[in-house]
Amino acid sequence: MSISKKDVEHVAHLARIRVAPDELTRYQEGLANILELMAQMQDCNTDGVEPMAHPQDIALRLREDRVTEINERSSFQKGAPLVEDGLYLVPRVIE
Amino acid sequence: MPHRHSLTTLRDMLRQREISSSELTRHFLDRIARYDDLNAFITVQEETAMASAQRADKHLSNGEYGPLTGVPIAHKDIFCTRDILTTCGSKMLRNFIAPYDATVVERLADAGSVLTGKTNMDEFAMGSSNETSYFGPVRNPWNRERVPGGSSGGSAAAVAARLVPGATGTDTGGSIRQPAAFCGLTGLKPSYGRVSRYGMIAFASSLDQGGPLARSAMDAALLLKCMAGFDRRDSTSMAHDTADIDGALKINLRGLRIGLPTEFFDDSVNPTVLTRVREALAVFEELGASLVDIALPNSRAGIPCYYVIAPAEASSNLSRFDGVRFGHRSEQATNLQELYEYSRAEGFGEEVKRRILIGTYALSAGYYDAYYLKAQRIRRLIAQDFSKAFEQCDIIAGPTAPTTAFGLGEKTQDPVAMYLNDIFTNTVNLAGLPGLSIPAGPDDSGLPVGMQLIGQFMDEGRLLGAAHRFQQVTDWHQRAPEGF
Amino acid sequence: MTWEIVIGLEVHAQLMTHSKIFSGASTAYGAQPNTQACAVDVGLPGVLPVMNREAALMAARFGLAVGATINRVSVFARKNYFYPDLPKGYQISQFEIPVVSGGTLEIHTPEGEKTIRITRAHLEEDAGKSLHEQFHGMTGIDLNRAGTPLLEIVSEPDMRSPAEAVAYLRKLHSLVRTLEICDGNMQEGSFRCDANISIRRHGDKTLGTRTELKNINSFRFVERALHHEIERQIAVVEDGGDIIQETRLYDPERDQTRSMRSKEEAHDYRYFPDPDLPPLVISEADLEQLRDELPELPDARLARFISDYDLGADEAVQLTSQKEIADYYENAVTKADGETRLTANWINGELMAWLNRCNTAFTDSPVSPTMLGQLVKRIQDKTISGKIAKEVFQAMWNGEGSADDVIASRSLTQITDSSAIEQVVSDVIARFPDQSEQIRAGQEKVIGFLVGQVMKATSGKANPQAVNDILKKQLLN
Repeated sequence: MSISKKDVEHVAHLARIRVAPDELTRYQEGLANILELMAQMQDCNTDGVEPMAHPQDIALRLREDRVTEINERSSFQKGAPLVEDGLYLVPRVIE
Repeated sequence: MPHRHSLTTLRDMLRQREISSSELTRHFLDRIARYDDLNAFITVQEETAMASAQRADKHLSNGEYGPLTGVPIAHKDIFCTRDILTTCGSKMLRNFIAPYDATVVERLADAGSVLTGKTNMDEFAMGSSNETSYFGPVRNPWNRERVPGGSSGGSAAAVAARLVPGATGTDTGGSIRQPAAFCGLTGLKPSYGRVSRYGMIAFASSLDQGGPLARSAMDAALLLKCMAGFDRRDSTSMAHDTADIDGALKINLRGLRIGLPTEFFDDSVNPTVLTRVREALAVFEELGASLVDIALPNSRAGIPCYYVIAPAEASSNLSRFDGVRFGHRSEQATNLQELYEYSRAEGFGEEVKRRILIGTYALSAGYYDAYYLKAQRIRRLIAQDFSKAFEQCDIIAGPTAPTTAFGLGEKTQDPVAMYLNDIFTNTVNLAGLPGLSIPAGPDDSGLPVGMQLIGQFMDEGRLLGAAHRFQQVTDWHQRAPEGF
Repeated sequence: MTWEIVIGLEVHAQLMTHSKIFSGASTAYGAQPNTQACAVDVGLPGVLPVMNREAALMAARFGLAVGATINRVSVFARKNYFYPDLPKGYQISQFEIPVVSGGTLEIHTPEGEKTIRITRAHLEEDAGKSLHEQFHGMTGIDLNRAGTPLLEIVSEPDMRSPAEAVAYLRKLHSLVRTLEICDGNMQEGSFRCDANISIRRHGDKTLGTRTELKNINSFRFVERALHHEIERQIAVVEDGGDIIQETRLYDPERDQTRSMRSKEEAHDYRYFPDPDLPPLVISEADLEQLRDELPELPDARLARFISDYDLGADEAVQLTSQKEIADYYENAVTKADGETRLTANWINGELMAWLNRCNTAFTDSPVSPTMLGQLVKRIQDKTISGKIAKEVFQAMWNGEGSADDVIASRSLTQITDSSAIEQVVSDVIARFPDQSEQIRAGQEKVIGFLVGQVMKATSGKANPQAVNDILKKQLLN
């Protein structure tokens, strides 16, 4: 279960993390080692075992449909990287 | 020397007006400054701490007090604190002032505690040595060349060095228990759902739990009682009251069955660690407990299972750090893709990036079944192992970590070796159970050995009670590192 | 035409809750940017989602109305992708186990009733909005809409023409409004539609490569956009080309579809169960209550209109096409003294024309159901003729009061006194001897001319039937 440089680049793109060309080998090795560790899972027979997503066996608690929140825009945007007229700004999105 | 006293004792002294909160807070703030070479704190809140100590004194003089009024504490820097820097140990959040308080922060404030500051931690709680912090490694007060453990290394070092009598931590795969073991403390990871996760910056949401790091089971129980309880803002919070915790401190160990998993006592564990744990178990036997051999046959798969599930959840949880609404934003981005890719590449440290990448890989098309789903199935097997074991015993005991504190830099080049530190702790998170680490004496070089007690779901009362009985007849928990 | 058209629709219906699906922020439309985006909606570090009960019940209500399976246990999953209006970097949605599975909707086509199968309906949170104008080349992000509950309703590819797609969409629109789970406001984006379109040769069993068409947010656009896309696909294939699976955007201004390159990148959403949200469980007790409270559905209402009001299928379909129209009709008819068909004619005719002309919604009509019902009653009791009624209607529309007020103030009461009419008829016969002679000679069609003259002389107030009768009596006997 090794991982190619191309795989690393693909995953880095999915995760939106820039991996510079000179870092690629390092990440590739790091991930390959972890994948080797993960491969140990194959020793475990899980036939017929239901996947477990939550450590508790509970149903989702539901909240009443009430407005409880107030406008806290200025507090949330105090530390925001770039804001204008109450909007968060990002480089232009092309559709 | 007030810092010699336990948290519970200090609380009583404050109530009896033997010391004021202002004096006590000043004393601890001075110690924090004096021992800043430990690098246990990221932020020290001197002014607000003194102000809240003065308020506490006013309340105390009126005879009004809550369970922790006037007691100085510290929060791991993973808990959001309103108007206070909340970095999560990351460059990404090095300037992030949280606009709200985590539930745990709110509860401990309501209980009257005085917040001295925010403690250092592995970046986004990903690490077992506190060396992945953007703010530099924390040193272990027992030996400054050793790590304090992680990820709650700052809280552990602070409590061990008597810079605060108690602190909060979080535990996703051992991040409270392992540093507690490495620093000679009592640290509890509560049952999943016992402590609200609201405001606790998520690492792996189905595994994360906040809990106390303290010097004794009694102190940990007191802190837990203040932190725990139902929170409507957390959909996984359980409506379970904490009355059992008080009662449990009075339990009698006669008839208590302690299960010893054969898998936790093999030759992968440092022999001295095993010896200390066996000696501690002998004490439990003297107190009336009986020891039973049990099996946790799938525990070996715990490490790979955990290192799929935790990074998978983390890869998604950390997507919100994109340079748009808060946190680091790259200066060199010229378009949206670059904004994301550079901001995240610059803002996250290497271990965090590695885990995001591996987690993304495990969830990606074509690998989901082989990794993520496989891990979720193993997770159930691990949980079932515990259920079966608890048919034969009341609590499970073993070493917290395979070794005592290792050297700074010793494992930073080998992530997988670092991951193996979690071998006895992360299965507990996978199953959602409570786990407690207590000091069991020193190894050959004087470093503390930790023993872990694992309980049934929502049965942390019994763990704390058993540990308390043990601590009534032993004094390992009262040992302080030399010079503190 | 050798091509069979295959269309499936995905509709995003915003649920009419007060607060968001996972937070207590308001869902009201039109607030200042980011003033209705609370900590959870902004995705601040450490926040957690808590599910809105009403949103779950609305989804279940929809499921019951289309005869679907309500999954007792459904699972929220994270759909991971980066986009600036998606604050957490993932959308909380449902993937493997949606709240609603299956179900059907009947549509009315020229060939008769047709059943469209619904694949599933799942709950999810809406994203924020990107504003591309006015920020010196940057895009502004408003997260007020982020976290608004959506029910995504996915149909099977059962539609065979743009007209069927529109019929399905209208039916669905009417249904969600009847159920009071969605306001259906397409302009504000409360009811949005994406279409999957492919073509294949008649008789082919397998589906052709499909394209996904986005941004078709009015009934008018849907039909046009689908037509364009179908023509484009046919042209490509007939030129020997292949259809590429892609997302296309309908541009109503240029009236064409174009490829959205930004969305072309292969999607890998890395769905997994959201660890912050245990499984959603809808109890049998909740379902029982929802079943009891289910309103009369459009199909049942249609059937009742045909049987109880003696309406033709077409006019009944039109009246039940929107809940508001059907409500209007039923209110008006109670005042119209049993004139069920005449009332229907007036609504489908005059009222609809005025509403369209003035771009007014049914609920905002200045002529209320009561006013229209009273007008119909005055036609029925012969106080006014149908022609005068149009004048009265216009006056009511312009705020001159009820039908009786207008009739009184404008002295429009029909002349039914036959001696008065006989006098006018005699005068008219005297004034138009030529025409009268033609009628006597058997050219009965000319009688219409004389009726018109009588009506003119009485300012339209004479009962046309009575005028007709009297003319015939005087000329032919």
